[in-house]
This record gives sequence, structure tokens and C-alpha cells, in this order.
Amino acid sequence: MSADTSTAVTTPTAVAPGFNRALVGYAVIAAAALALALTVPSGISKIQLTTGPEAIKIPLLELPAALAVGVPVIAAAVVAIAALVQQLRTKASAPRWMAIVAGSLLLLGFLAHLVAGKDGVLPLTSLLTSTLFLATPLIFGALGGVVCERVGIVNIAIEGQLLAGAFAGAVVASIASQNPYVGLIAAPVAGVGVGALLAWFSIRYRVDQVITGVVLNVLVLGLTTFFFKGLLSDLEGLNDRARLPVLPIPLLSELPVIGPVLFRQNLLVYLLYAIVIALQIYLFRSRWGLRVRAVGEHPKAADTVGIDVNRTRWRNTLLGSAIAGLGGAFFTIGQGLAFGIDITAGSGFIALAALILGRWTPTGAVAAALFFGFANALSQSLRSYGVSLDSNIPLMIPYIVTLFAVAGFGGRVRPPAAEGVPYVK
Amino acid sequence: MKLELRGITKKFGDFVANDSIDMVVEPGEIHAILGENGAGKSTLMNVLYGLYTPDGGEIVLDEQPVTFSGPGEAMAAGIGMVHQHFMLVPVFTVAENIVLGQERLRGPGLLDLDAARSLVRETAASLGFDLDPDARIEDLSVGAQQRVEIVKALSRQAEVLILDEPTAVLTPQETDELIQIMGRLKDAGTSIIFITHKLREVRAVADAITIIRLGKVVGSADPSATETELASLMVGRSVNLGVDKQPAQPSGTALSVRGLTVLDPNGVEVVKDVSLDVRRGEIVALAGVQGNGQTELTEAILGVGPSHAGVIELDGTDISRLGVRARLDSGLGFVPEDRTTSGIVADLSITENLVLDLVGTSPYSSFGSLNVNFLRENARHRVEEFDVRTTSIDRPVGTLSGGNQQKVVLARELSRDLTLLVASQPTRGLDVGSIEFVHKRIVAERDRGAGVLIVSTELDEVLALADRIAVMCGGLLVGVVDGGEDRDVLGLMMAGVPVHEARAQAADHHTVLGEADLDVDPATAVEPVPHPVQDQEEGR
Repeated sequence: MSADTSTAVTTPTAVAPGFNRALVGYAVIAAAALALALTVPSGISKIQLTTGPEAIKIPLLELPAALAVGVPVIAAAVVAIAALVQQLRTKASAPRWMAIVAGSLLLLGFLAHLVAGKDGVLPLTSLLTSTLFLATPLIFGALGGVVCERVGIVNIAIEGQLLAGAFAGAVVASIASQNPYVGLIAAPVAGVGVGALLAWFSIRYRVDQVITGVVLNVLVLGLTTFFFKGLLSDLEGLNDRARLPVLPIPLLSELPVIGPVLFRQNLLVYLLYAIVIALQIYLFRSRWGLRVRAVGEHPKAADTVGIDVNRTRWRNTLLGSAIAGLGGAFFTIGQGLAFGIDITAGSGFIALAALILGRWTPTGAVAAALFFGFANALSQSLRSYGVSLDSNIPLMIPYIVTLFAVAGFGGRVRPPAAEGVPYVK
Repeated sequence: MKLELRGITKKFGDFVANDSIDMVVEPGEIHAILGENGAGKSTLMNVLYGLYTPDGGEIVLDEQPVTFSGPGEAMAAGIGMVHQHFMLVPVFTVAENIVLGQERLRGPGLLDLDAARSLVRETAASLGFDLDPDARIEDLSVGAQQRVEIVKALSRQAEVLILDEPTAVLTPQETDELIQIMGRLKDAGTSIIFITHKLREVRAVADAITIIRLGKVVGSADPSATETELASLMVGRSVNLGVDKQPAQPSGTALSVRGLTVLDPNGVEVVKDVSLDVRRGEIVALAGVQGNGQTELTEAILGVGPSHAGVIELDGTDISRLGVRARLDSGLGFVPEDRTTSGIVADLSITENLVLDLVGTSPYSSFGSLNVNFLRENARHRVEEFDVRTTSIDRPVGTLSGGNQQKVVLARELSRDLTLLVASQPTRGLDVGSIEFVHKRIVAERDRGAGVLIVSTELDEVLALADRIAVMCGGLLVGVVDGGEDRDVLGLMMAGVPVHEARAQAADHHTVLGEADLDVDPATAVEPVPHPVQDQEEGR
């Protein structure tokens, strides 16, 4: 065989995906950490770690600001710079944990910086609890989006699926003499209803998926509003409050900080954990996931090895819609509220942003949704810390980050290649 | 496994793509299906592979009639196919692509990737090459991707392997490796159906040849038939495979490119410091495997793609700062690579397409209003001059065949008095008749005194047309050689080997196709051969 001519057609030297993005990320963390370290105000930071029910109690921490801010922030800078140097030297991505550790430390320092020298107390546990609370429906919506979009169906209808789930959850739970668990079954069914329309129009009739999604959102908003005004407000017992009970997990829920945040939740949130873990594993390591991703990337290749493209798309669209619909229940029975007009208030679109910021992966979507939730939680509680910052500013930050991420700063955002393209043999 | 097609018919609406096709492929045989673009070869193979359902006829495997409702069933029956456009998921690894659809599991629904890796290694080793199971497809060369496709088919126990235009994207050396792999497969008893329109390859590798024209089998031939005989069967009349042209009479410089560098949107250099001259009255062919910077180079000359550094001079004037319109006005004609997306506006009429770049000027329009009568007059002239086969000059150009669309593009570009004609892939996808016509017009434009720069990935076309050949690889200009250069040398240069080294290597080791060239002296090629082409009835 002639000398290695086959390798002569060179592709540009490939670096691992996300390499440049990680470089930018570490540099930003290090810069932000140094900025915080240089602007430490005098006084003390008061941080509250335990809120009451936990078995292990930690007294209110009152630390000098220099210490409370300086230590985590400098540690964050050290980790970030170490990762940066390692990545530049080895030309391979630094381990994931370095990013998580550096980011968390920076966040801690930032919070301590916020309350430094102020009268207010930073209630760390309750801040994290409301972060998860606000992020939960976003995570559900974004995961529903991941399942649909990985198979090549654009799901703009997340908002409609959430709203349908919220409606069905509340109404069915009310009818079933306020049994919230029945609502938990009805919500995904309602999501599937919206998803079936999406699949029917976009797979069967090849209608533009973005347009179909937008129309479905309007349809669901119109229908739920109509039923709310026409039926729910006139008849008794259709829209009562039902609430999923909190089920503390023995032992785990007694841990400080993470106990109340993660393990003092209702069934819906525990289901969310299971869905996240299962999706992350099954999307990337299972036969189902391999086929799903093949259909979303190169449907014809999938077809030529005997995978039924449109059936796979149907199934996944329904599954993703079910997940989003289930998440809708969080707005009503998850919080013990009755249904109200447009109760989801655009969460589906924020979930869509989380899906993109998380680069179409379950864990990425979770991280992005938590980021959005945290910004939201912070903006709601800023005043109580005695911080005179306009609460809209932290609310804006996630969207600015999303805009930059979508524009491709620090690495290209690459959706599944066949997304939005109907499959015709 | 013996494969038989009996009376296969496939219609798309009124159009009959396959008209009652009969064919037999014996076990362990390399059976070439030869036909022009659009003759119905790919349709036939898609029927055989279960992608299309035939409207009539039957597929018989080892004397058992079978029907396939999808590719999965065809594969299960032992038929594998390597498509012209690879059916590989670019973001997956080699191992993931190979097990897709036939996954081995470990635990509840989870993939056993270790089993997949060893499957890849073992199958590749049995064919005599290495394949990294963990390499991502998008990082592999085209030749390596094709080997992945072959491994993919064999890992599914394919006994009949269909190769659809497998050499279209390969360098001559890669083609040579493919031919060796085909030989090994044949020895192992695998039947191969080899679809192509390249005559020399057929003669080099096939055991049997079936020729298809306009959806029908028009004959079968022996590999010892001459290229001219095969070509006339394929086209249905006698053809002249060469291009009649006199030696070039070059005069002053038409195009001078100096130190041109082009970056792609990601900032990667796709054209690297290229310097190239094209004189008036000569044809320079830019040879190379698809995607090595040729497209970007021509787009930089036209000005639709930004150039990062360098000077482009047309007739001694620097045009590198000018816009596209100004460059066209200074005597540049451009035939784009993909006529359907950038050569024509499919929904506009022939009349309109013929003046797309002229409508702003007198006499085509005056005071911002089209001179409709003049445009129609112009269209009638051009259609006649360029032999565009159409019922009316008002037909949308998109309804014409590829060859006629290309004639419209060429007619438009040659409407102006050109200093330089740049034509990318001028005959891609055309029938032989149109190819002859386009080649003639290009030579005529040269003889009129324009400089011509042709980009072509088909070495046959390069050798037929070029007065000088410039070879690109990986964005670099590897070298410029004379028109009559040995094709093995060109092949090596297309893989990035500098010209001197390429000549030395080619002298040591000839490719199968190169040797076939040496066997057939042009003088003896036209003589009758001992095994004449048989007609259809005898062939079966």
C-alpha cells in the first residue's frame, strides 16, 4: 500500500470541544475573583447556615469581611489560574471539578462581599432553597426541550407544555378530591397532548417547527384562559388548592445546608433528580441515546441502518413533552396554588434559553437553569440583606450571558445538525 | 451469495427512473454498473437497498425472491451499501457509527463500547488497514471515512457490497487503496456492485459490466472493451473522449495572484499564501481533492469571500479592494461551483437568468426599466448559440436539466468581453454531450484570448483541458506543472507531496489505474479488441 497518503488531507488541528470556552471561563473567574478581593469593604459579614429543622445546627457566622470574602475569593482565583495554566500547557481540557470548585468559591465570596459591613444577614440555606425552587420548572422545561431537540424536533412549545401541565395538574387534582398525586399523572398527559400536536404537524405535515411551536403556545394560553374564565371560576371544586406534601428523606435531610435544600422536597423534585440522572446517562451511553442522537444529527444515516426516523422522533417528542408537562405541575400542585391565567409567565422561554446555554445536554441545562434561578432568588432577597442594588440588575445578568453564549463567544454553540429539518425519504 | 434483479421498475410520477432492469451478480464478482449522471444507477441501488419500494419486478437472492421494506431488512439479508454521501454521523466516534443500529448491550440498555471497539479493530484488520475506533468521524479524511463505511457494512455480515461512486471524492492514491481493499473483499467471497461513470476504473477492476442509459440496461460488456466503446454505449452514440485543442498561444498576464491568504469564519487559514498567474490564451486547471481551498480561492478572486492578505491583479490592475460588481465590470467571468445555489435563480425564466449580471446596463435596460424586447431577442440568440434544449425561453430555468442549466450560466458569463473566465467544476453532474459542449466553449474562449482558470476535482477533466496544472492541498499551492503531467504524480501532489518527490515516488510505484494507463497506448486503444461488446440478450 502506498505511503500514508490517506492522512494527507489534513483537518485543522482539533482541540477538545469547549476548550476555548473553558479558557475564557477560567480567565473571567480569575479576573472577577481578583476584582472582589481588591474591593473588600471593612466590617463583618453575617452568614446564616442553618434555618431550624436540621439536626446539626451551626451558629450564625460573623466573620470579618476581609476573611469571609478574601479566603474563598483567593482560593477561587488560585484554582482558576491553575486550571488555566494546566489547560494551556497540556492543550487538553482541565478537569470539570476545577470549574465547579472555582465557580462555587467565587459565588461564596461574592455573597459575603454583598453583605459585608451591612446590617443584614446572608441566609445561605434559604437562598439556595429558593434557587432550586425557582429553577425546578425551568429544569423540567429544558429537559423536555433536550429530549425533543436531540432528535431533531425544535420545541418552542415548552411554554405551552408547562402551562398545559399546570392547568391539568390543578384541575385533575381538584376533581380527584384534591389528591395532588392524581394531578401528577394528569400533568404529563396534558404535556403529551401539546407534544402530539407538535409532532403531528412537524413530522406528518412538515410544517415549520418554530412556527408550530409558537402557535401551540398561543393556543394553550388561549384554551386555558378560556376554561379558567368559563368553567373554573363558575363551578366549585374544579380549581382548588392541592399541594404535594414535603417528604423529608431520613438522615440526608438533617445535613446542614444541603439537607434542607436538596432533601426536604416533594415527590416532584425527587422525580426531577431521577430524570436528570437517567437522561444524562441514557442520552450518552445507551442504545436509545445513540439512536436518538443519530436521528437528530444525520437522520438519513440512521435510516440506512434500519432505524425508523419518524417513529423515533414521534416517541421522543411525546416523551419530552411529558417531562415538560410534568414540570408544569410545579406551578400549581407543586406550590399548593390554584391555576391562574398564564401562571407560567414565560418560564418556557427561559427554559429554552437554559437549554441553549446548557448546550443541549441534561447537566448543562440543569446548570443553566440553576444559574437563572439563582439570579432570580438573589434579586428577590437583595433588599433584605440591606444591599441598595436595583433588583433588576441581577435578573438581567443571565440573559446577557445567554446572548453572549448564543452569539458564540468562547466557542461555537452547536445544536443537533438536523434540528428543525423534516425527514423525507 | 448470488444476486439477481428481475425487471426492476421504479417511477417517480411520470418519470421512469428504472425501466424493467435485469441483472445478475455472481458470488465473489466485482460487477460494475456504468452510466451517466441521471441514468438511474443510484435509484436502482436504493431500490436494492430497501430505501425505495420498486413499482415492479423482484429481487432474488440465492434463488429466493425477497422484498425489503427498509434498509434494515436489506442489511439483514446481507446487502451492504456505501453511499456516495457517507451515512456517518459526524459527531460520533468510529465505533459509535459502526454499532449504530446493531448495538451490543451491557446492563439495562447501556452500550458495550468495548465490544464495539474490538469489532472495529478486527474488521479493519481483516481488510488490511488500521482504524482508530475512538476517532471522531469529522476529524477523519474522506478516504478514512470511506473505510469506516466499508467496515460498517462488513460488520453487518454484508455478502453483497454496493459502492456508489466510491472514487468521486478520493485522491488517485486513495482510489488505489480502495481497489486493493475491493480485491481482498472479492477474495473473501464478497460480491461487489461498483457504480461509477469513470471508464478507466471500470476497466481496471470490474469482472463484469452492466451499462445503463435513461433507466434501461443497454448492454453488458467485458472489462477488456475499450473506453471509447464503453463511452459510446453509455451515451448512446459515438463520443470523442478527448478535447480537440491546439497548443496554447499565451500572451500577457490575465490574472496575477500574489500571497493570497483566506480565513474561514473560525479564523482558520483555508488558503495559505498562494501565488498564481494565468496568462491570456491559456487554460490553467486548479486540481485537488474537494475542500482543499480551491473554492475559497475562486471566491476571493470574485470578491464574494473576504481575503485576509495578498494582491489580486486582473490585467495588471489591482482588484483586491474592489467590490464584486466592479470586478465583473473589469472583465471577470465566473461559473460557480454549485449552479443550483449560486449559478442560477431557479424560479426566474431563462430570459431573466441570461442577464442577471447585465440588467443594469444599456442596452438591456434604460432609465431603470428593462428593455423586454431586447432581452427576449438576446435570449433567443443565446439559447441557439449555446444549444440550450428548452421548449420556451420563458420557462423557469430550474425546470431544465443540469446540462442545460450550466449552458445558461456559461452563456451569461460569456456575454461579456472577458479577460479572465473562472469556472469551478464546470461539468459536474452533466451528461457526456453537455460536457463536450462546455469543454469546447471553454477552449474557444481561450482561443479568443481570455485567460481561463478551471477548478476541477476530476483528474480526467484536468488532463483533458489544462495547458498548465496547479495543484492545491490543505490550502497550499503544492506546485504548478505542465498539462501533460503523469496522473500518478498529480495524485501524489494532491496529497501534498512536492513535485520532485512526487515524480520520484511515482516512478517507483504505479497505481493500478496508472498502470492501466501505461498498458493502453493511445494508438492501440482505438483498435478492435478480441472481446467485442456483447448485446443485451447475449450478455444474460
